Amino acid sequence: MKILGWFRSVVAKLFRGSALADDTDEELRLHIQLRADDLERSGLPRAEAERRARIEFGAYERYREESHEALGANFIETLVQDIRFSLRLLRKSPGFAAVAVFTLALAIGANAVVFGVLNALILRPLNVPYAQSLFAIERGQDRAINHSYPDYADLRDRNRSFEDLAAYNVAGAVLDTGNNAAPVWLMEVTGNYFDALGIQPFLGRFFHRSDERGPNSAPYIVLTYPYWHTHFQDDHGVVGRTVQLNKHAFTILGVAPPGFQGTLLFLAPDFWVPIVNQEQVEGLNVLNERGNRGILMVMGHLKPGVTQAQAVADLNSIGEYLKKTYPKDDGDMTFSLTTPALAGDWLGGPMQQFLAGLMLLAGLILLAACANLGSLFAARAADRSREIALRLALGSSRRRILRQVFTEAVLISLAGGAIGLLGSAALLHELSAWRPLSTTAPTMRVPVDPDAKVYLVALLLAIASGVLFGAVPVRQILRTNPYEVVKAGLSGRVVKRITVRDMLLMAQIAICAVLVTSSMVAVRGLVRSLHSNFGFEPKHAMLVGTSFSMAGYGGDSMAAVQKRLIDFLQNITGVQAVGSVDRPQLYFGANSAIVFTDKTADLTPSHAAAEAMTYNVSPGYFDAAGSGLLAGRSFTWHDDENAPRVAVVNREFAVKIFGSATGAIGRYFKKRDGTRIQVVGIVEDGKYASITEAPQPAMFLPALQSPYIRGTHMNDITFVVRSERDPQQLSAAIKSTLAELDPGMPVTLRMWDKELNDSALFASRIATMALGVLGLMGAALSITGIFGMAAYSVSKRLRELGIRVALGAQRKEVLEAALGRPFRLLVFGSAAGLVLGLLGTRVLAYIVYGATPRDPLVLTGVVLAMALLGLVATWIPAQRALSVNPLILLREE
Amino acid sequence: MPDQAQLLPGTLDLLILRAVSLGPLHGYGILLRIAQISGNALLVEQGALYPGLFRLVRQGLLKASWGTSENNRRAKFYELTAAGRRRLREETDNWNRLATAIGAALAAQPEEA
Repeated sequence: MKILGWFRSVVAKLFRGSALADDTDEELRLHIQLRADDLERSGLPRAEAERRARIEFGAYERYREESHEALGANFIETLVQDIRFSLRLLRKSPGFAAVAVFTLALAIGANAVVFGVLNALILRPLNVPYAQSLFAIERGQDRAINHSYPDYADLRDRNRSFEDLAAYNVAGAVLDTGNNAAPVWLMEVTGNYFDALGIQPFLGRFFHRSDERGPNSAPYIVLTYPYWHTHFQDDHGVVGRTVQLNKHAFTILGVAPPGFQGTLLFLAPDFWVPIVNQEQVEGLNVLNERGNRGILMVMGHLKPGVTQAQAVADLNSIGEYLKKTYPKDDGDMTFSLTTPALAGDWLGGPMQQFLAGLMLLAGLILLAACANLGSLFAARAADRSREIALRLALGSSRRRILRQVFTEAVLISLAGGAIGLLGSAALLHELSAWRPLSTTAPTMRVPVDPDAKVYLVALLLAIASGVLFGAVPVRQILRTNPYEVVKAGLSGRVVKRITVRDMLLMAQIAICAVLVTSSMVAVRGLVRSLHSNFGFEPKHAMLVGTSFSMAGYGGDSMAAVQKRLIDFLQNITGVQAVGSVDRPQLYFGANSAIVFTDKTADLTPSHAAAEAMTYNVSPGYFDAAGSGLLAGRSFTWHDDENAPRVAVVNREFAVKIFGSATGAIGRYFKKRDGTRIQVVGIVEDGKYASITEAPQPAMFLPALQSPYIRGTHMNDITFVVRSERDPQQLSAAIKSTLAELDPGMPVTLRMWDKELNDSALFASRIATMALGVLGLMGAALSITGIFGMAAYSVSKRLRELGIRVALGAQRKEVLEAALGRPFRLLVFGSAAGLVLGLLGTRVLAYIVYGATPRDPLVLTGVVLAMALLGLVATWIPAQRALSVNPLILLREE
Repeated sequence: MPDQAQLLPGTLDLLILRAVSLGPLHGYGILLRIAQISGNALLVEQGALYPGLFRLVRQGLLKASWGTSENNRRAKFYELTAAGRRRLREETDNWNRLATAIGAALAAQPEEA
C-alpha cells in the first residue's frame, strides 16, 4: 500500500513534476504578495513593502527546496537537474563525451551482437509448442545423429517415454511447377512429423501418419511460408495444385505457419514431403535397410512427468534389444538426448563452446572499456576537483555531487548503449537476412533477429557499466578537502606510487592483449588451414557437378555416359586431367562404411576393424584431384564389374588394417556384405569430413564396381577437371562441351578452392572474422586507454617537465619522466594478457584448424602489435612532452 | 519584537493543525491565524511554514485544494482531514500533559523533592 502510494507519487511527479514546482512557486509568491499588501496597508511604500515581505519570508530558494522535499521524494526532479547539469558539462567537453560514448557504443554493441547470436542459437527455444520437452536422440559414443529407418520405427513403437517420435532427412531435388524446373531443398519427414511437433497448418492441411501406405504412397508437399510467399506469391489457391517433383506428380497440401521452418535453425527447407516417397525424391529407397543410417534426426516430446534419465534408460533397453536381434546391423546402440535446433552436439557442441568463448571476450571488451572510461572519469574528477571543492564549500553535500557524477556516467553509458544497440540490431538483422552458400548448398540461414531479451541485456549492461566506471572517482571525491584544494590548487599534490588509475589501465591493457592474442591465434590458424594438406590440391581444379538421374540416365547406361563425359572433358584444350567422384572430399560431410580384416568371419559391427571414409571414383581421379599416389597403381577402365574387386586406400587405412603402408599392396579386406577387396594402391592421407579431424582411414573404390552411384543429393556425380586455364574460359568451354553431349543435363560449376572457402572453411572463416573484429576493438581500446593516460600524465606534469628541460635534461630523460609510467604499465599489462590469452586460446583449437597458441609467430606478433599500439598511443603525448618550452611554461601561473 | 519566543522543535506542526482546525485557510492566512491565536508571541520565519505545511499534507493530516483568496487570487486552501483532527486532539492532550508536568516541575520547591 505504502509502496504503491510512493510509486504513484513518483509517477505523478514524473509527468507533472514541473507543474508541481510551478504550483509551489505560485503559492510562495502569493504569500509574499499578501504580506506586502498588508505592509503597504500599514503605510509603507509598495517597493519597501515588497522588500520587507521578502526579507520576512526568509531564504526563498531554501524553503522552496525543502517544500519540494517535504512533498515527497523528488527523486525525479533532482534527477532532471542532475541530467541538465551533466549535459551542460558534457557539452563543454565534447571530445571527452564523444570518446566515451563511442567507446561504450563499440563495447556494448559487440556484447549485444554476441549475445544476440548466443540467444538466438542456443538460449531461445525452438518455435514449436512446448519446446522445452522436445528432444532429439543421439546414438553411441560419438553421439551420432543419424539413424536407420527400421531402427527409428522400433524406437518409435517400443518406447514408453515419448509422446511420439518423428524423423527427417534433408534432400535436394528439382521442382517443376510448369516449365520452370529449378533445384529445391526439402525435408523428407515421417508422416507424423507435424503432429508430433504440434504444428498447425497456416493454409490447407498437413499430411499424417495415416497417409503413409508403403513406398511412394504419399506424393504430397507442404510448403514453408517463405517459399510459398516468394515462389507462389501468397496464392491461396495453391492448395490442391499438382506439381512435378523430379518428374513425379506431387500434390501441394498446405502451407506451414510463418514461424515454423523446420527444427534446424541454420537450414530452412523449401518444403516437406513424406519420407515414404524417398525413391521418387532421391532415386532410391533405403527405408528397409537397417544398416543404412540415412535419417538425420529422430525427435519427439517427452511425456509429462518423464525425466530425461528415464527416457534414456527406456531407449537404451530398446537399443539392447535391437543389438541382440539385429547383430549384423546394429552395433553400439546406447542413446542420449540433445536439443534438435543445432543438429545436436555435432554442431551444437562446438558452437556453444565458441559462442561462450566469444561472449567471454566480448565481456572482456566491455570491462576494458569500463576500465578505460573509469580512468578517464578519474582524470576528469581530478581536473574538476577545484569545482567540486567549491561546491562542497558552498554547502553542497558529497552525496549530491556523487549523484551528479553517477548521473553523468550513466548518461554516457545509456547514450553509448543506445548507439551500440542500434548498430548491433542492424547487424543482427543483416545477419538474419544473410543466406551464405546459397549457390551450392541448401539455403543456410543465421536466424538471429534480436528480441526483447537482447535489448534488455544491452540496457542492463549499459547501466551496469555506467555505475562501474562512475564508481571509479568516488573515493577521490569523498576525500576531497575543499579548503586544501582551494588553497593550494592541484599541483602541490604528491603523486602516489600506484593509483587506481594505474591498476585500471594495466587491467585494460591485459584484457586487450588477451583479445589481440586470441585473434592472432585464430588468424594464424586460418592461414595455416588454408595452406594445410587436404590430401588433394584445390587450386586449378574445377568441380563440375551434374545429376545423371535427373538427366534420365539409369543403371548400366550411367557407366557408359560417365566414360564418354570424361573423354569429352579430357579433350578440352588446357585440361590436364579429369576424374569423377560421387562426393568430393570436405563437401558437407562424407560417406563412410565399416570394414573388416580378411580373417574376420563374424561380420557384425562390433567386429569391424575400422570405419573408413568411402569414395567411388573413376580412373584418372587421383591425377585430377592432385592426390599423391604413394605406392601401387590407380584405377583403369578395366576395373569394372567383371574384374576382381579392388581399392586404393590411404596411408592411415593401410597402417590401421595391415600394419604398414607399403606392405598393404596386394592384400585383402572385407566389406560388410562379405565382399573381399584387394588393395592395389596407397594414396596420401587427407581431410575428409572436416578440416579439424584427426587422420581418418579412407578407401577409394572404382565407380564401375559400385552397385549404384549415390552422391550428394543434387549432384549425383562430380567431375574434377584440372586445368591451369582461366576459370571463366574453362567453364564456358566445359558448358558448351556438355551441352553438345546432352543439352538436358543440369550442370553446376565452381572452382574447388572457392568451394572449400564456402563449405569446409566456412566455420573457421566466420570464427576468425569474429575474433578479428574483437581483436581490432581491443586494440582500439588499448590505444585510447594508453593515449588518455599518457596525454593526461604529460599535461599534468608539463610544468615539471619544463623545469627539467630548463635545468638541461636530455630528450631521453624528458621522455622517461613523462612516459615511463604508461610504458611500464603497457609492458606489465601486455605480458599478463599474453599469458592469459595463450591459456584461453585452447578453446579455439576446436573450431579453427591449426589454431595453436604455441606458435613463435603468434608470440612475436602479439609482442610487436602491443609495442606498435604503445608507440601509436604515446606518439602525440611524447611529441608534446618534447616540445615543452620552459620559458612559456614558467611564465604561466 | 522583544516578547516573541522561539518555537520548540515539533510545535510548528501542532500550531498549524490548530490554526487550520478553525476553518480552511491559505498559507498566509495560517501565519496570521497563528500570530493572532498566540497573541503575536511566537516567532515563525514565514518561509518555514511551507515545508511544514507540505509535510502535513503528505502525512494525510491536511488536505489542500485550490480556491480564490479574499482579493480574488488563486490560492491553495488547507483544511483538516479526519486523521488531522484526531492527531490534533492527541497532540493537544500530549502537550497539555507535558506542559503541566514541566510547569509542576519548574514550580516545585527544592525541599519537596
